[in-house]
Amino acid sequence: MNPTKSIEELKELARKVRIETIKSIYLAGSGHPGGSLSITDILVALYFGGYVNVDPQNPYKPDRDRVILSKGHAAPSFYAVLALKGFFDKELLYTLRKLGSPLQGHVSRKHTPGVEASTGSLGQGLSIALGMALKRRLDNLDYKVFCLLSDGELQEGMTWEAIMTAKHFNAKGLIAIIDNNNIQLDDFVTKVNSGIYPIEDKFKASGWHTITIDGHDFSQILKALDEAVKISEEKPVAIRAITVKGKGVSYMENTPAWHGKAPDREKFIEAMKELGVSDKEIEEFLTKYDR
Amino acid sequence: MFLYTKDAPKGDLRKTYGETLIELGRKDPKLCVVDGDLSTSTKTAMFGKEFPERFFNVGIDEQNLIGIASGLAYDKDRTVFASSFAMFLTGRPWEIIRQHVGYNDLPVKLVATHAGITVGPDGASHQMNEDIAIMRAIPNMKVIVPADNHILKKILYKAYETPGAFYIRLSREKFPVVYPEDVEFELGRGFILKEGKDITIVAIGLMVSHALDAASILKENYGIDAEVIDPVSVKPIDGELIAQSAQKTGKVVTIEEHSIIGGLGDAVISALAEKYPVLVKKIGIPDTYGESGTAIELLRKFELMPEQLAGNIYKWLNSSK
Ligand SMILES: Cc1ncc(C[n+]2csc(CCOP(=O)(O)OP(=O)(O)O)c2C)c(N)n1
Repeated sequence: MNPTKSIEELKELARKVRIETIKSIYLAGSGHPGGSLSITDILVALYFGGYVNVDPQNPYKPDRDRVILSKGHAAPSFYAVLALKGFFDKELLYTLRKLGSPLQGHVSRKHTPGVEASTGSLGQGLSIALGMALKRRLDNLDYKVFCLLSDGELQEGMTWEAIMTAKHFNAKGLIAIIDNNNIQLDDFVTKVNSGIYPIEDKFKASGWHTITIDGHDFSQILKALDEAVKISEEKPVAIRAITVKGKGVSYMENTPAWHGKAPDREKFIEAMKELGVSDKEIEEFLTKYDR
Repeated sequence: MFLYTKDAPKGDLRKTYGETLIELGRKDPKLCVVDGDLSTSTKTAMFGKEFPERFFNVGIDEQNLIGIASGLAYDKDRTVFASSFAMFLTGRPWEIIRQHVGYNDLPVKLVATHAGITVGPDGASHQMNEDIAIMRAIPNMKVIVPADNHILKKILYKAYETPGAFYIRLSREKFPVVYPEDVEFELGRGFILKEGKDITIVAIGLMVSHALDAASILKENYGIDAEVIDPVSVKPIDGELIAQSAQKTGKVVTIEEHSIIGGLGDAVISALAEKYPVLVKKIGIPDTYGESGTAIELLRKFELMPEQLAGNIYKWLNSSK
């Protein structure tokens, strides 16, 4: 296990990840800020709270823990975490979505070290995670498989096929984390297709252990992950993390319009200020990188 | 009769789709529209706003989307338009389209947006270069690729009036206007947009305007007089028109923003093989995946810009003499 960090340190890392997320989306001119910001604290807890055992120097070591970003459009915050973890140079974050960049619009195992599965088409990750959990048994290993899902992905049939099948095959080490920000692309989940609720009951009925938390409260996230890691050796675990889409940038928070667009220069500066970046740093960044 | 010039204004295909859906919805109180959490992008939301009771945004569940559209259409007394991005509308639920929409020739009009590499920065996961191939393979399915918003409107009306299954392929990008507003569209009838005698270029979608530009460059730079054909419908394809042109020119090039496997190129080759076999050069996305980049950068990477097309056609003409 990696050394764990204090909650204060995790909060500071999460702030950095949010800054890099917005910077990279701003420079790319497109991308998905809302769902990247809602999953940030969970990603930081996983990678810096000591739950994901990975070696950036040897990213595909057979016994590593796996993280599947099933909601592949949250690539910007995932890339920022991988960069801070040391998988690649932070400078690369500013090539996001550009021709020839290893940082594709949606995560791609072909392109980026640390990525386990190429996603972007929603609803496929949990089956992949299940396959990896079944492989663990065949390979006599004990790695964990964390699958990060959006609530919108619970509308895809394939997600439920995986939920059903995990129990049947008695998968060990499988932990699904649902980023429940209640917003999808067109509108709020409760407006488009509320049938995903109640989430816990459905997982429970399929033989999963469930935990419900505030996905922005580090003490709750860490406690849930401790519990999940333990119980996942008996049965698959689903953590429903109640989150705020766009968390950390007020004008994006809980606003469907900020699902999939980049801020303009003015809005970018506003976001940076709110995230605690000084005027001087903003100016330096824009001078160096802006189009 | 054709409007196209090098600086033709651009038309928004998705907006035309949304507006035409509203027109059709006013005309036909039974018409329904189904979408999968992309209605703000596909523009079916415009219909949903005016006819909320006949609009079903089913969420991110494309197999369910096609199933619901089929259920609405099985009695064949309601026309259903179903939309999403090309990747998710044709890829994920392909078998369900085949079993219901295709097999029973249901009045389900599949209108996909964001096809091809011009989706751009989203990357390979969203760049659908195989949709024409997999839709063509389904019996009963008509496959139509508009070159601009004017002909799109006529295609949508034709699809509405014609019984059975349709696949209509749109893009994210705006396209230069090629056709006049009063263009007439007939299923399986193509257009000769420019006459020529040295080579036949058959193109669809955005590549129609690129082919016309390439033809001008071929004329100016190399003195080659190309004939340019837009078949509009890839299935059924106007094999007669293409074969007649091939008889005149003796060589055919196909251009599509789609894989060279199973798309326009193969449809043209199949038609020519039976009627008038000639050498054919397929231009499109090679047997590979796209990547993130702007639409223009990717078109350039895959050598689909007019100057590149002209240069490569000239090279091929010389090497295949
Ligand atoms: C199979 C599939 N259908 C549609 C899309 C288009 N799409 C991209 S993001 C999105 C909705 C995002 O909402 P949600 O899944 O809840 O993610 P989050 O709110 O966490 O960003 C949609 C419909 C897709 N990527 N994949």
